[in-house]
Amino acid sequence: MRRALRGVVDFVKRRPLGGAGAVLIVWMVLAAALAEVITTHDPTSNSFADLLKPPSLEFPFGTDQFGRDVFTRILYGSRTALIVGFGASLTGSTLGYFFGVVGAYVGGWVDGAIQRLMDVLISFPLIVIAIAVVAALGPGTLNVVVAITIPIIPRVARVVRSSALTVVSMPYVEATRSIGTRSARIMFRHVAPNVFAPYLIMLTAFLGQAILLEASLSFLGLGVAEPTAAWGLMLRGAGMQFLERAPWLAIAPGVAISAAVFGFNLFGDSLRDALDPRLRSA
Amino acid sequence: MRRYVVGRLLLIVPTLVGVAILTFVVMRLVPGDIVELRYAGSGAAVAQEIIDMERRTLGLDKPMALQFVDWMSGLARGDLGTSLWTGRSVGEEVMLRLGLSLELAIISTFIAVALAIPAGVLAAVRQDTRVDYVLRLISIGGLSLPSFWIGILTILALLTLFQWSPPLLFTPIWEDPVANLSQMIFPALAVGYRSSAVTMRMTRSSVLDVLRDDYVRTARAKGLSESLVVIRHALRNSLLPVVTVISIEFAFLIGGLVVTEQVFNLNGVGKLLVDAVAHRDYTLIQSIVMLLAAVFVLVNFLIDMLYVTLDPRVRTS
Repeated sequence: MRRALRGVVDFVKRRPLGGAGAVLIVWMVLAAALAEVITTHDPTSNSFADLLKPPSLEFPFGTDQFGRDVFTRILYGSRTALIVGFGASLTGSTLGYFFGVVGAYVGGWVDGAIQRLMDVLISFPLIVIAIAVVAALGPGTLNVVVAITIPIIPRVARVVRSSALTVVSMPYVEATRSIGTRSARIMFRHVAPNVFAPYLIMLTAFLGQAILLEASLSFLGLGVAEPTAAWGLMLRGAGMQFLERAPWLAIAPGVAISAAVFGFNLFGDSLRDALDPRLRSA
Repeated sequence: MRRYVVGRLLLIVPTLVGVAILTFVVMRLVPGDIVELRYAGSGAAVAQEIIDMERRTLGLDKPMALQFVDWMSGLARGDLGTSLWTGRSVGEEVMLRLGLSLELAIISTFIAVALAIPAGVLAAVRQDTRVDYVLRLISIGGLSLPSFWIGILTILALLTLFQWSPPLLFTPIWEDPVANLSQMIFPALAVGYRSSAVTMRMTRSSVLDVLRDDYVRTARAKGLSESLVVIRHALRNSLLPVVTVISIEFAFLIGGLVVTEQVFNLNGVGKLLVDAVAHRDYTLIQSIVMLLAAVFVLVNFLIDMLYVTLDPRVRTS
């Protein structure tokens, strides 16, 4: 415990940008976890007495066209962002990790087939494949997670595979095989842990991307559906429609998206610097 | 070398076929029938005969494999099909918008490169100083701020300061270049900033890599000025990965500006895709997705060819 704590302090001292990112992430997680405690408003109930009210003590970020408190919807929106962000990047990266390790270890036609499949998946611009999937499955939180997961898989698989290829050719893998260890065990106990660093780097990098993509899809009306609170959704419609009358509607959710993605990107960048020895400055 | 080019060219074929199969399958994942879904959206009751007739005209009564073959042979002849929503040919619909998307992509790329390369070189030369930190913060910011939100803020600022709002109609550049550019410059700036972040980070790490090489030390040792070492020796040799990133970004910008086009009310390919989804125009969605993926695959092929021509190490191996 004490050692872990010292590790964290070390990381923050050596990489202040990463520390700042970590603070933003913790802040966001707290907002999501404690939403009920922080605010007493309901994120989805309308109040026609309070339409489009500017920021005040009661409504710190004002209200929207249905009289809902924007601050409350930002807090609850962080739940949507975290669920989609973690759901998509964790599933996508882990599947990519799996395909990368298996392809590199098994080789031959299996590797060839996996690679061709990944080539196909990577040929679609991120947002285009996500839109196609949502168009087919329909909107909704789970479908959005699926739509964002798919483009992440090939991007992680490629990076993990190229790292795993060097690991697979190492003498210790040969040694393990020569004493008769089963392939599955070699892959997941001996190869996979040694390519964990690139997996972790890609995972954090895609966390921010996934949140950004969720916001984009929701903004287009192809993501999370009303009345669920989601930042991209808040910018859509009201944010644009009442831009001149109620600018707070456009500003608060945008700041929330940017701060969250900024936090994950800062943290991910520092993590990459710390874990990837090739990038360490001499 | 010729074997490499031919081999690489042959790899495109299975990828494009795979892309086509995947696009086709995803569009068939739509729960229910495309025709029924379309009429369900209109709310009125529709006679079964009309639905059957529509299905026949669209070829949906044929077996799945045959439908795929039809679509493929159409693509091979350059026929992308007919839009369910406007009734015009998909090729016509796309061509109408492609010019705008291309123009926006080109201007944004120019802005991105103009910002990214000097900033990336500066950050690399001043690694781990205050300059480096500030430049990196700005670039991580570019990756984090959604460009559509920067767009919204820009419109808000222009609206309150100059009473300017995005025009409803698009003016092509050959009709009135000034009006066209004044329409394009703000979306291009919003997109260019994000794009510059990607390129700047690649420039920084690529220049850093090269700066550690022996020949850079030699160049310094023979007394060349630092700016000559950085620009002539380090930058030139680190440009290859940078060019790659710029090209990939460019391919993305042609079809990926879906949200920005929406914000600035620009009728580009991205907006066409979103409109097609809204109108449940599955032939149109299918063809746009296929087209954008094909552009992506082709750009990637061209990048590999660029490597062969520019990098002697790849050429000889």
